[in-house]
Amino acid sequence: MTAIHEIDFGTPASESTTMVSLTIDGIPVTVPAGTSLMRAAAEAGIAVPKLCATDSLKAFGSCRLCLVQVDGRRGFPASCTTPAEQGMTVHTQNGKLAELRRGVMELYISDHPLDCLTCAANGDCELQDMAGAVGLREVRYGYEGANHLKAEKDTSNPYFTFDPAKCIVCSRCVRACEEIQGTFALTIDGRGFQSVVSPGQLEAFMESECVSCGACVQACPTATLMDNSVIAAGTPDRAVVTTCAYCGVGCAFKAELRGSELVRMTPYKDGKANHGHSCVKGRFAWGYATHKDRITTPMIRKSIQDPWKEVSWEEAIAYAAAEFKRLQGQYGRASVGAITSSRCSNEETYLVQKLVRAAFGNNNVDTCARVCHSPTGYGLKQTLGESAGTQDFDSIRATDVMFVIGANPTDGHPVFGSAMKRRLREGARLIVADPRTIDLVRTPHVEAAYHLKLRPGTNVALLTALAHVIVTEGLVAETFVRERCEGPSFAQWREFVARPEHSPEATEAVTGVPAAELRGAARLFATGGNAAIYYGLGVTEHSQGSTSVMAIANLAMATGNIGREGVGVNPLRGQNNVQGSCDMGSFPHELPGYRHVLDEGPRALFGQAWGVELEPEPGLRIPNMFDAALEGSFKGLYLEGEDIAQSDPNTQHVTAALEAMECIVVQDLFLNETAKFAHVFLPGSSFLEKDGTFTNAERRISRVRKVMPPLAGKEDWQVTMDLSNALGYPMHYAHPSEIMDEIARLTPTFHGVSYDRIDELGSIQWPCNDEHPTGTPVMHQQEFVRGKGRFMLTEYVATEERVNSRFPLILTTGRILSQYNVGAQTRRTANVEWHEEDRLEIHPHDAEDRGIKDGDWVGIVSRAGETTLRARVTERVQPGVVYTTFHHPESGANVITTENSDWATNCPEYKVTAVQVTPVFGTSEWQARFRQFTKEQLSLLAQAHWESRP
Amino acid sequence: MKSLAHLVQMANQIAAFHAALPDHTEAVNGVAAHLRRFWEPRMRATLLDHLDDPACAALHPLVREAIDTHADDLRPAPR
Repeated sequence: MTAIHEIDFGTPASESTTMVSLTIDGIPVTVPAGTSLMRAAAEAGIAVPKLCATDSLKAFGSCRLCLVQVDGRRGFPASCTTPAEQGMTVHTQNGKLAELRRGVMELYISDHPLDCLTCAANGDCELQDMAGAVGLREVRYGYEGANHLKAEKDTSNPYFTFDPAKCIVCSRCVRACEEIQGTFALTIDGRGFQSVVSPGQLEAFMESECVSCGACVQACPTATLMDNSVIAAGTPDRAVVTTCAYCGVGCAFKAELRGSELVRMTPYKDGKANHGHSCVKGRFAWGYATHKDRITTPMIRKSIQDPWKEVSWEEAIAYAAAEFKRLQGQYGRASVGAITSSRCSNEETYLVQKLVRAAFGNNNVDTCARVCHSPTGYGLKQTLGESAGTQDFDSIRATDVMFVIGANPTDGHPVFGSAMKRRLREGARLIVADPRTIDLVRTPHVEAAYHLKLRPGTNVALLTALAHVIVTEGLVAETFVRERCEGPSFAQWREFVARPEHSPEATEAVTGVPAAELRGAARLFATGGNAAIYYGLGVTEHSQGSTSVMAIANLAMATGNIGREGVGVNPLRGQNNVQGSCDMGSFPHELPGYRHVLDEGPRALFGQAWGVELEPEPGLRIPNMFDAALEGSFKGLYLEGEDIAQSDPNTQHVTAALEAMECIVVQDLFLNETAKFAHVFLPGSSFLEKDGTFTNAERRISRVRKVMPPLAGKEDWQVTMDLSNALGYPMHYAHPSEIMDEIARLTPTFHGVSYDRIDELGSIQWPCNDEHPTGTPVMHQQEFVRGKGRFMLTEYVATEERVNSRFPLILTTGRILSQYNVGAQTRRTANVEWHEEDRLEIHPHDAEDRGIKDGDWVGIVSRAGETTLRARVTERVQPGVVYTTFHHPESGANVITTENSDWATNCPEYKVTAVQVTPVFGTSEWQARFRQFTKEQLSLLAQAHWESRP
Repeated sequence: MKSLAHLVQMANQIAAFHAALPDHTEAVNGVAAHLRRFWEPRMRATLLDHLDDPACAALHPLVREAIDTHADDLRPAPR
């Protein structure tokens, strides 16, 4: 049994505010109207036997095990489908009920293998539990008759096994796939005794539409759908609640273990972001943590042509510190800096920026949000006053119109994507603005009312045209704007967007979106009820990324869709701690809590607390660091968890900058692409090996709890602390909770946050302080953080990355469900079975023009570089647009992308690169060099291991 | 000088955003404030030190005016 036992109430909670009182087995119970008798009993501590019921699914009433008796009523109603009523007297246990239940169980068991002792679910099986609960002592029917005991196992999925011989056809898996995940990959095929669970049309799981989210496995009450890890290792004996380290949804999981061996990650029902749901990454793709490629011994080398030398922690830290001091002595204080990753915890990113500001004495610190959501920080701060999304995820339950722009939630944020689909199935309307036909446009029982298939790079023109319709057709929420927003900025904006050049008819030639469709979408957004905007990197990763974010905020304010449940501006953060790493002062111009380094008050506050005088100038952003390195004034870099050689644009520019530096210190799990250019390697710890917190896309701060000891002996925050101490700036924290206490002391929006408080509340959405002691699910309710909302003018400025006869197509990039960003984690799991290579999507017309067939190798050339990929010919992309993912380093997706960037933040314009695509027979020059370099570097790594052998 | 051309391109992008503002003074101040608050001293110094370089011929007039008007504020303090 697991150490954390979650009560299953059998049916979902009723949201009614009307209460009813009844008596169950003599116990008085008061519950909200609409609560099932099963749940009412469970809340009174009475467990009614059940098999087809579980509280994550609607009542189904098929197993007939939960029968009860109600005074004054005939028969034996199922308690899961019978609502509690005022004055009822219910009996859940008596002789007749026991007899009926035993009869039902006898039938189930007569077609179920009696292999409990060798079954993977032994001790964790609801069928076994119920047999005991109903007192089943014999099965009179024998196995001579027809049965399903010889049904063949489906082992096609790498993570779970489907054993139909153990299936009781309770439909929990089918309903989980429908109600929770929304994929509808499973069904019950046949009728009566012939009924079987069928993936797709009696296909293997891997051949079906199954997305391997694990909801069916989670719902299964027997061993029919069982984790392969449990089959291999046995049932877990303890569990620790922690937070997933993949996307920005921030799902809570129970990490279930045997000793210190992780056996299973089970989504935690009380997780406020995921409510017990998961995706294929968080649920199953955790094997990278103990992958053989993990480096667990510190290493150093003078030059990247030298073999690595394994050394002690002390030697590695002392070497790194001495090198940074040497560089600062030789080239100046500003010649070194650091970059953190959004995969790091709040405490880790806080410590790194503190090290840079206090120990390095400059502001050259940046984080990978630079290349994803930095425009969100800038744009929302300008308009609303706070660099964060406005809502909690649950807000979507009250949304009537979803406007999804530049985001692909079912791939990038799958658990929230399922929540979106659920609300859409309930009747909410959907507007999608995306150059590609993302899955959300048309998925089972969901179809977008409008798919605005715009040309990449024209978001601002589209958003301003939407505003034009709202203003010129009298759809502005005048009262809201008058009361909540700045009058002059609104007046200026109203006049600006109303100009004829911003009309849908005028912008159609630019965006490619038919004016009538755009007008329809604008009307629906403004008049369809609660309208919420969800956006992703398809908005931010443009030369006008910040302008687009401001245009989005303008739309929300103009229509009054902000400051309450169901509405708002919702940036979907790509990684687990994008929000948190930004909150922690990881940008070169901002101290923790988004306070500018130029502002004397905050600078003095932190300077005093840290005992140093802080630099009153902004530092270098990531792309500025590369330029400075190539110019010769930036020489040393400390990277924690970030792989810039793969993830940043114009790879050849990045690697040239890395080669130009004299000391690169990489702290990571693996010898990633950047580490191949490093001089010091400090082994990192996975999220399973340390304590800390992550802050997800809804500003929710959740605990990351240490599940197993760090493989290399140190948690990441300890390594940073050691480096700081070696640099001569003392840091002495005994536990990450002390780091959070310091953050809370110095940051007004975090004043009420502590580990104890998080443990007490489960998680906390900042701001959390005296004014908001339990956190803030929805921001800007009474007034905007900046006081009055500020409208910004959003002139469309075409990107300088233009198509021409040499580069006639636009390349745009994105990520896929099964892989995660640079793939360092997911490529080291069985997730490669879904995506073993990056491919280039190309429209059939463009493919035919070039003589390209599906699966052919094609060369992709841009102004920055050239690579080759295999083609996927598909109508998912529009003519003139090609698309690829960037999960495999040898694909070289970022060899093609350019240094063009957002005007305000330098966020790269990954989403628009002019390219030509042609059939090829060999790999590109860059790929040949990459393979050779990788081979050499792996050989130098192997020598380190070899030389350290006794 | 590649980085100067890049700086000019970035400065011009900042100007292109602010050019939409109807109040010219606000636009000029906006460009200057952005350079001051977000550009590291080396970047500002490089731009200010090479205004006569041919690469700077392409500078947006708003950037020129912002530099002319706010040169003292934009010039990094000696380190």
